[in-house]
Amino acid sequence: MLRIDQTCYEQLRRHGEETYPHECCGVLLGRVEDEDQRLVTSIARAGNTRTDSPQNRYNIDPRELITIQRQARELGLDIVGFYHSHPDHPARWSSTDLAEAHWLGCSYVITRVEKGQARETNAFLLLGGEEAEKQFQDEPLEVVAQIAETKTPA
Amino acid sequence: MKIHIPTPLRQYAGKKASIDVQADNVGQALSALTATYPDLRRHLYTDEGKLRAFVNVYLNDEDIRYLHKESTPVKENDSLSIVPSIAGGAGACCCSCRMNA
Ligand SMILES: [Zn+2]
Repeated sequence: MLRIDQTCYEQLRRHGEETYPHECCGVLLGRVEDEDQRLVTSIARAGNTRTDSPQNRYNIDPRELITIQRQARELGLDIVGFYHSHPDHPARWSSTDLAEAHWLGCSYVITRVEKGQARETNAFLLLGGEEAEKQFQDEPLEVVAQIAETKTPA
Repeated sequence: MKIHIPTPLRQYAGKKASIDVQADNVGQALSALTATYPDLRRHLYTDEGKLRAFVNVYLNDEDIRYLHKESTPVKENDSLSIVPSIAGGAGACCCSCRMNA
């Protein structure tokens, strides 16, 4: 289950509308509450380095990710997943998405942007103990009005 | 020096976000890491012992591929980041996409 703060949800959808007809991409920051619950309390936009084919491919510069990771660390947040858009394509993972997904245990959120308008947004959890057996599983996505800043005491 | 472990690999590194090691170069630092946490090895290296293509290793803000790879010297205050690549896309929908794949 991926629970995402309402503001973050709106931001990542708007990002896809802004970059249309190109794919947008970014990082989901928050925390892992337990094995199957990730909370997103902040997002970080990233540039799409695939300028050769931005309408159907995305790539985040690792250097940009390191910067995002450093800033997140200072706020006590972790990378829990990534998001990108599919301009005029379904909000389902593609074979390219699976082949190039390597963050096992993280959520991949995809928004279909149809003619410049964000439509459905779906989440997929990258499962598998290692590369050879990785697979995407549909992950329930819940938009929450506001997520508490601190961890609930155990 | 400090090695930053990405979220997916922490389960193989004692759940730690970063690990301190003593090393003179990048290769030694990674060896020290995998000596302490042997389960990490197969996630970072191929069976032939090469760093996996999608595993980026950055010394501070530089890709070690553009430095001296694993023989790049390191200092006490440096930090090494292991960053699996993040890419994908709707792709594979026409011949021009497949050429890029
Ligand atoms: Zn995609």
